[in-house]
Amino acid sequence: MSKLKQAPEVNAGSMADIAFLLLIFFLVTASIETDVGLNRILPRESTDPYVEIKARNLLEIGINAQNQLMVEGDILGLEELRTKVVSFIDNGGLETDDKDFCGYCKGERLAHLSEHPDEAIISITTSRDSDYAYYVSVQNEIIGAYNFLRNRESSRLYGVPYEILVQNYGEDIGPTEKMAIKGKIEAIRAMFPQKIIEPEIIHQ
Amino acid sequence: MSPIKRNNPTKLPAISTASLPDIVFILLFFFMTVTTIKNQNLLVENQLPMANEVDKLDKTDRIIEIFVGPVSPNYSNGDNAPIKIQIEDRLVAINEVGYCSLKALGAMPEHLQSSAMVSIKADNKVKMGVITDLKKELQKVNLLKINYTTVEGNVFKNTELK
Repeated sequence: MSKLKQAPEVNAGSMADIAFLLLIFFLVTASIETDVGLNRILPRESTDPYVEIKARNLLEIGINAQNQLMVEGDILGLEELRTKVVSFIDNGGLETDDKDFCGYCKGERLAHLSEHPDEAIISITTSRDSDYAYYVSVQNEIIGAYNFLRNRESSRLYGVPYEILVQNYGEDIGPTEKMAIKGKIEAIRAMFPQKIIEPEIIHQ
Repeated sequence: MSPIKRNNPTKLPAISTASLPDIVFILLFFFMTVTTIKNQNLLVENQLPMANEVDKLDKTDRIIEIFVGPVSPNYSNGDNAPIKIQIEDRLVAINEVGYCSLKALGAMPEHLQSSAMVSIKADNKVKMGVITDLKKELQKVNLLKINYTTVEGNVFKNTELK
């Protein structure tokens, strides 16, 4: 009886195998990557669709059924779209003594492009037969143009690119810091607000 | 006569493997927390287009997913399968989109409903007509925050894949 006084040790050697099996099961069934995508906000369903805007403040982008891109009446390659959109938004074409003059714009201040980033509206019209993938590319280039301008101004004002500001905002930080970053993000967004409309084509 | 006894160098002690399970369990818990399990049964093909100016969709609890694509080969026969919309395990007609997405919104906790976002996961082969109709339906039910879900990649290659 004296042998039973000490409980026998449980062999934990196979425990590792069991844990490995579980680990491999999770590795196979789960995926790490989170979804990514282009965020957009649709306009409200409006009852009064007629708004008057100056022609210079509107950049018309059209995609036809053959996936060709037309910007302001000219056929354009997708590669050139980004610089075209940047020059349109960043134009700041008002006179220097105008009260709405865009001081931070670095564009060429041409007479046929937008007056101020706040006025600049981009319109995308698509044919029902254009490819969704092509449309996503176009949206991507437009957002890329906005991000480029926002990064530029954010680097100038705060020394940090806009992307990094947004990234920092998502991290776990104190509420005061969070408010400070939120203020900066909102200021940059107000400088270059995304105004993208997708009017319906009315067949007459 | 020192009290410290030297080990006999000819006989090495066995390495204890008792802590191995603990290490593996830590790994296991790490993977369980960082990964997500996808349990959606896809009824449509879903080859997302590429984009590079993307935002992350990391708050999965406030997302309504809408899949658009040709019906998956497992559920259809023939090469040109019709383009369909899938919300929550079911193929829906275009006029049901509003109702189904509101139902998904209602299933969400109340404090998240105001920040709900619709993730449009549309296949490369989809034409804009379906997407335009879909957006119009979402506008009707006031779900205005949308996300064209993509994979990260070169946008100029989008037109080449088919």
